[in-house]
Amino acid sequence: MPIRVEGLSYIYNAGQPMEKLALNNVSLAIEDGEFIGLIGHTGSGKSTLVQHFNGLLKPTKGRIYLDGVDIHSKEITLRSVRQQVGMVFQYPEYQLFGETVFEDVAFGPKNMGVPEHQLAERVEWALNLVGLDIGLKDRSPFELSGGQKRKVAIAGVIAMQPRILILDEPTAGLDPKGRDEVLSLVSRLHQEEKTTIILVSHSMEDIARLATRLVVMANGEIVLEGTPEAVFQHADYLERIGLGVPQMKKLLQALQEQGFDVHPDHYTIEAAEGEIVKILETK
Amino acid sequence: MAEALIKFTDVSFSYSADSPQEFEALTGINLEIEAGEFVAVLGHNGSGKSTLAKHINALLVPTAGNVVVAGIDTRDFDRVWEIRQNVGMVFQNPDNQLVATTVEEDVAFGPENLGIPTPEIHRRVDEALELVGMNEFRLRSPHQLSGGQKQRVAIAGMIAMRPRCIVLDEPTAMLDPVGRQEVMDTVLKLNRQEGITIVLITHAMEEAILADRIVVMEEGRVVLTGVPRAVFSQVETLTQLRLDVPQVTALANRLRQRGYDQIPNNILTIEEMVNVLCQLE
Repeated sequence: MPIRVEGLSYIYNAGQPMEKLALNNVSLAIEDGEFIGLIGHTGSGKSTLVQHFNGLLKPTKGRIYLDGVDIHSKEITLRSVRQQVGMVFQYPEYQLFGETVFEDVAFGPKNMGVPEHQLAERVEWALNLVGLDIGLKDRSPFELSGGQKRKVAIAGVIAMQPRILILDEPTAGLDPKGRDEVLSLVSRLHQEEKTTIILVSHSMEDIARLATRLVVMANGEIVLEGTPEAVFQHADYLERIGLGVPQMKKLLQALQEQGFDVHPDHYTIEAAEGEIVKILETK
Repeated sequence: MAEALIKFTDVSFSYSADSPQEFEALTGINLEIEAGEFVAVLGHNGSGKSTLAKHINALLVPTAGNVVVAGIDTRDFDRVWEIRQNVGMVFQNPDNQLVATTVEEDVAFGPENLGIPTPEIHRRVDEALELVGMNEFRLRSPHQLSGGQKQRVAIAGMIAMRPRCIVLDEPTAMLDPVGRQEVMDTVLKLNRQEGITIVLITHAMEEAILADRIVVMEEGRVVLTGVPRAVFSQVETLTQLRLDVPQVTALANRLRQRGYDQIPNNILTIEEMVNVLCQLE
């Protein structure tokens, strides 16, 4: 099992007046090849949790295992953990620093010890995967559009070829076009490169469409976990903790309440269309 | 008819004009916004939305054509502060807009700079905080607030200057669903209750449908304008422009393409779809 979290608690500013329990006894296991959608209102502990997966934060209590090895034990270096568990932060384009796109994307693999003669190939592979024209590699990243900058930043993480990729709200602030491009990239990594994905997002529509399993957090705890179908059953509860359910699910639920014979556990437009066609055919 | 509050006449704007990097961001814009109107501006990144917004409070002035706000040409450099007092701007990132150590000082910053007497400032700060629902946080430090709360404080700072218009450039893009709701409730209240003209730049269709009118931009031009229901009935055009339509609107469109003409093409909300289906015989 690649990631296993056992009894994880984390306290910010421990021992100080501003002390805050951000994670409370969280346990979670993530299998190879899963696509996890991690949801929860702001301050629920999502970002704090994922920052433990690659050792950026050290648990106040509890353990994180990568392939059965405690990541804070002597058996493994944090460098090796971070190579395997890639992390795309919120607004990653703020972290660009290279004089050229190439330099920025090559930074991670270079530090990991990828030999010089393979770097160009690796950078090209990553740029290609995120859908950036290779001709951009000698440009300054700061001359690019917001969406392109974000892709450069993601390419820099992908270039390290992590087995597990964590993305913390990767589409925040992008326009619909940029959002679709980033999500289709994530989906391609999952399907073609078999990367395990952990996606933190506020968009129930995106999460419902992409994730194989949802993990819902509130007040530093995991409160729901399961397939999207299973989790979105709890629509009222989700709304109570500041989350929503996908629009299509809401529509089907409203129709069911009106006495229509529809199956309410769908959340894509295509599936809802099928249900409504059933209604229309009986009219 | 009264003169529009904001009037763009044949406005073009180029960044780095007369240099090799010259880039025309706006081309031949003609647009009028009436006092009290709520206008949403849509368009993908790079379509010219933000450049348009910055013309409304004279952060940018046209390369050609002119922009008149509250009767003042934005090129009239001597009256630029008058324009900025009339038009407040709220930006995407809540962390970049708050300057003071407490919420109330932050809200007072604008009116203080206008040279308003202290008792009047107090009154305005009270009113503004009340209006955005942030009164109980007045002595807090802005960095202790959530994103939605920070944006409401930024809006209060604008209101304290008593502007006739507030321009918001993707104010909810960095917020979670709760924060988005808070900001949109505030925006609607300012418009409907206080009569403040709103120009909202957004990618979120559920926000755009609340506007009186939508302006769609593409490559620096206004390509579509109308009431939300009319604009969103053009699903194909919007998809071509790589913009979203509300999911129920997209669903209605798909059903119509399958030949179910009894579904109207201008459904915007879940309730409307449910009603339509309930009324079919």
